[in-house]
Amino acid sequence: MENKRNTKQDPVMGPLIPASIETGSGRKHSLWRKFVAQRHLQTMALLGVAWMIVFNYIPIYGLIISFKEYNIVKSIAEAPWVGLQHFRELFDDDELPNVIRNTLGISLIKLIIGFPLPIIFALFLNEVRSLRYKKAIQTISYLPHFLSWVVLGGILATWLADVGIINSILMALHLIDQPITYLAEPSYFWTIIISSDIWKELGWSAIIYLAAIAGVSPEMYEAATIDGAGRFQKMWFVTLPSVRGTISILFILAVSGVLSSNFDQILVLRNSLNDSASNVIDYYIYQTGIVSNRFSYSAAVTLVKAVIALILLLIANQVSKKINDTSLF
Amino acid sequence: MFALKRRTKGEVIFDIINNLVMLCVCFLTLYPIWYVLVNAFNDGNDAMLGGIYWWPRIITLKNFEAVFASPGIMLAMAITVAKTVVGVAVHVFFTAMVAYALSRRDLVGGKIYILIGTVTLFFNGGLIPTFLLNRDLHLLDNFLVYIIPVMFSFFDLIIFMTFFREIPDGLDEAARIDGANDWSILLRIVLPVSMPVIATIALFHGVYQWNDYFTGIIYINNVDLQPIQTYLFRVVAQSSSNTMMTAVQGSAATRTVTSQSIKLATMVVTTLPIVFVYPFLQRYFVKGMMIGSIKG
Repeated sequence: MENKRNTKQDPVMGPLIPASIETGSGRKHSLWRKFVAQRHLQTMALLGVAWMIVFNYIPIYGLIISFKEYNIVKSIAEAPWVGLQHFRELFDDDELPNVIRNTLGISLIKLIIGFPLPIIFALFLNEVRSLRYKKAIQTISYLPHFLSWVVLGGILATWLADVGIINSILMALHLIDQPITYLAEPSYFWTIIISSDIWKELGWSAIIYLAAIAGVSPEMYEAATIDGAGRFQKMWFVTLPSVRGTISILFILAVSGVLSSNFDQILVLRNSLNDSASNVIDYYIYQTGIVSNRFSYSAAVTLVKAVIALILLLIANQVSKKINDTSLF
Repeated sequence: MFALKRRTKGEVIFDIINNLVMLCVCFLTLYPIWYVLVNAFNDGNDAMLGGIYWWPRIITLKNFEAVFASPGIMLAMAITVAKTVVGVAVHVFFTAMVAYALSRRDLVGGKIYILIGTVTLFFNGGLIPTFLLNRDLHLLDNFLVYIIPVMFSFFDLIIFMTFFREIPDGLDEAARIDGANDWSILLRIVLPVSMPVIATIALFHGVYQWNDYFTGIIYINNVDLQPIQTYLFRVVAQSSSNTMMTAVQGSAATRTVTSQSIKLATMVVTTLPIVFVYPFLQRYFVKGMMIGSIKG
């Protein structure tokens, strides 16, 4: 079917381009004629390209302000060059080690706990026999994904309030004497971030694995049954391998994203009291750039982050290619 | 056949435990939301004493009345509805249009266009250059900041393109012979048969538009233009550290509502529309997620 479209000739232009003249200037000429004949299609495509140049490529170009002293009065091109000054400033900042610790700490724990959980959930959900029950669990498990982080922040604030359910239960069990203001304590911040993230995305992240599992042919399971495989053996030897490729791809992306945080989540749950545990790179970029108007400095942080993320992506991709024979590119 | 269906004792135990674990997952998913719901339907001052877990102690609709009576909240809701409706329509049409052109394998320059797009999947300028661009485009305190900077996504284009390439060729042949141009083929033939993928992208972008609060924070100072999520953020962020008291009260007409109970009622009202819509689009977005992950 795809081939058919490939070789399809434009009903208007088809007869006008005999293969024999498609050489040299004749070919250029015919390409142009084809372009003109496609003017409607080209308009559609070029509108998209124009949008990308403005909203994707101009901001990428805009990152050069990290080598300049940009201020609001002058344009990006007029701003004077300052070389690596902002990068030196960044590496001299006393706040940096803490910011890196928070970013990597939260990301790595999310990776270790949050990454496998949807896979496990999908594996066991797949074992539920009643189709209707399975469907109902799936629908319920998607629900939190559709809540905004602002609303979830409100839910958490309610749960963790002085008179909230968590304090009430712990006090009733005499585990604590006084209510704890969890969101004001840096020591609880990572736990709150990681568990609320898992709660929100567990079911949603499992969709993709469930879809891959659904593609396994029943004959594989029948064959395994005949070979005497039990329930767990079938999950381990039949179901799990079917999602291996998906796992690899998502893992590559997760590894390259360790310097990124869920900014919507962080911004909702952070405050000045838990700052020592909640200041991550993405917040640092926001805080220095938007709040303090240090545009060039903030762009320099973005650039360093992007370069490291790219290196991580390439490494993870290579490793996955070697070990698993799956890769993004 | 019957022999295969008969389960061993171990299997039965496995099924029971597995079903119970799944039941727990459902409970853990639903209960936090239920807890907020019953508190939103409870008298505000009474709720401050705590201890409301399963059912409201003093049932009241006062909190919701206060929400619907507050001009500030209702205006923010209207902004959210407007940005979602307009944003989805523009995003879906524009992205589908570009995707249709790029889905045609005979498109001159198609490979270059796709390369230009693929780069955007891996690189972006980040917060500050994007902020400066939008500022230079006069999008600060402008409703269009919700629409134009997100009217296109190459990731969504890939999902559209994959779908369009699976449409049988014969479908547009007749129209083409009748002399229809590519615009009318896109509008009259391609889009009407692409409802599953349109539903998927519309849902994804709709959820983004509905839930996004950050755009309002950095680009909108005029409170008359802020969406409900930004409005809520300002309330939530202020009370979450327990250090600040009720700054935004809106029109708390009666004494039984508190800023907390209004907040909960607003959260419920904000969330309900999406919760009612997504189960009906489930079969579409599952497929959309698959295409997105394979190609993305």
